[in-house]
Amino acid sequence: MSCQLAADNVLYANGLYRLVYDLVGTILPCWLSYVIAGLVMIFVLVNAVLLGAAVITWAERRLLGRFQNRVGPNRWGPFGLFQPLADLLKLLTKEDLTPDGADKPVFALVPILMVAPLVMMTAVIPFAENTSLAALNVGVLYILAVSSITSIAIFMAGWSSNNRYAMFGAARSVAVLISYEVPVVLSLLGVVMVAASMSLGSIVEAQVLPFFLVQPLAFFVFMAGMSAELNRSPFDVAEAESEIIAGYHTEYSGVKFALIQAAEFGGVGVVSAIAATLFLGGWSGPWSEYLGWLWFLIKTGAIVFLFIWFRATYPRLRIDQIMAVSWKFLLPLSLVNLAAVTLEVFLLRGPEGVLTTGDLGIMAVINVVVTVVAIWVFGNLIRDRVKFQARQPSDVVVPGVTTIEVH
Amino acid sequence: MLAIQDLAFWVLSVVAIVAALGVVLVRDLFRAALLLAVVFIAVAGFFVLLSAEFLAVVQVLIYVGAISVLFIFGIMLTRNVREGNLPNHLQIPAVLFPALLLVGMVIAAVATDWRPIPEAATDMVELAQTQSVTVLTEGALESGGFDSSQAREEARQSGLADLLIGRYVLPFEAVSLLLLAALIGGLALARSRGS
Repeated sequence: MSCQLAADNVLYANGLYRLVYDLVGTILPCWLSYVIAGLVMIFVLVNAVLLGAAVITWAERRLLGRFQNRVGPNRWGPFGLFQPLADLLKLLTKEDLTPDGADKPVFALVPILMVAPLVMMTAVIPFAENTSLAALNVGVLYILAVSSITSIAIFMAGWSSNNRYAMFGAARSVAVLISYEVPVVLSLLGVVMVAASMSLGSIVEAQVLPFFLVQPLAFFVFMAGMSAELNRSPFDVAEAESEIIAGYHTEYSGVKFALIQAAEFGGVGVVSAIAATLFLGGWSGPWSEYLGWLWFLIKTGAIVFLFIWFRATYPRLRIDQIMAVSWKFLLPLSLVNLAAVTLEVFLLRGPEGVLTTGDLGIMAVINVVVTVVAIWVFGNLIRDRVKFQARQPSDVVVPGVTTIEVH
Repeated sequence: MLAIQDLAFWVLSVVAIVAALGVVLVRDLFRAALLLAVVFIAVAGFFVLLSAEFLAVVQVLIYVGAISVLFIFGIMLTRNVREGNLPNHLQIPAVLFPALLLVGMVIAAVATDWRPIPEAATDMVELAQTQSVTVLTEGALESGGFDSSQAREEARQSGLADLLIGRYVLPFEAVSLLLLAALIGGLALARSRGS
């Protein structure tokens, strides 16, 4: 018995899926091999995310050590490479506490709901030519939709912990998430417009010139917005060390805490992969037929390094400053980018509606100028506001906290 | 393959119905809101089964990512919600109105003249769904399999985006304006009460 996967199936483009499907299909009925091949792919993706998270924890600690002129973890294994394993063992052997009065099923669901969207996002990322699990033609929207589930998971963590501080942390985190979603989505709109497609595969193919050159402003907004959405420094006030308590995951310990941490660092990996796909040209590069995965990994690693670099460099913002950066700085920038890109696409595209490499080059030159000017103008505007406005403590409105009155 | 789709349909149906019952019957408002999000996701699953990926993704993006989060924010800012949803005297209208709505929807579903889309038009519908954010360019249509210029013109007219910013631009902008007005109005109300 041999099974045929329909050519219009979204899974058809994936070489590994077809290989497993054909192999299993020779001995088992078709519907079962359909499921088994899917499970194999899911196994691969889950492990990619979790292993990526482990490697990123190690890289982050080592690199932060270098940035801060110290050594970093270097005891176990070459260059301390087995440190994540040690961390994992430590967390697994710790007691898994559930606080008194917690909403137990909701509390237990949170770690799963934190990791699941990340794994789902990897389904549409092309790791090399024709290797995304599902070549969805609404890939960009799919990523945005799936990532929006995280905010519900954060709410669940805050609510079910029966802990006031966890609740405040959750309210802050979600406020940051939904504020930064707006500029990020608007910056992605420019990418979609130039690529004339929402499928990640087509966006990679459209990047004859990588989009971080064509739309530097969109790249800037995307990276800043994503550092905020990942709760990373300089936007990590919701769970920072200097804050009174750790944010929405205050009450989590043991395995659940390990999973939440894995989601946090796995998130860095997945977002870096998405950024590499959308802005750095993904798997494209010399000999991309054979070395596509290598280019993809190098580009993803570069973005991960950038995130770690941000964390090591910038001082932390207050929560009201975080909100101000989103609404008064990144949102106008993303609108400027959108307007510029719309005009350029409208004026430059040929009668067939296609942009040539030369067009992209012209756009790159214009947009670099637009980026410098826009960042300078809006940077000055927001700086003046922070400097000259005498801040009253009662001005500081924190989501989840009623206004602090000082008499 | 058909068997798997049937199985998926039944699983989604059970999940959707159980979660919907939960929304109504669970006393804890927060859990009810979470179950509502589950219903929305199950509905998105139905859209996927009907190969309307665009609708499915937008369903998750708007209903789960925005509306559910809004509900939960509302619940969190409501006082005494820990004590649960207090019973009130609106049971009879609460039965009557959904029942009427259900009857109306069933009648509409039965009375509608459902016609399968002709084979040639399915590509067009898919293209309109997937390319809806970008304008349907000549190149995109040609790679979508529309060879003659007449077919391309037809497909272009069926594009969701072209319809939205072409024929229906006025209603579309009116709705946007209404939403903006509601947003500003809400902000104004909240502000004047606060200080």
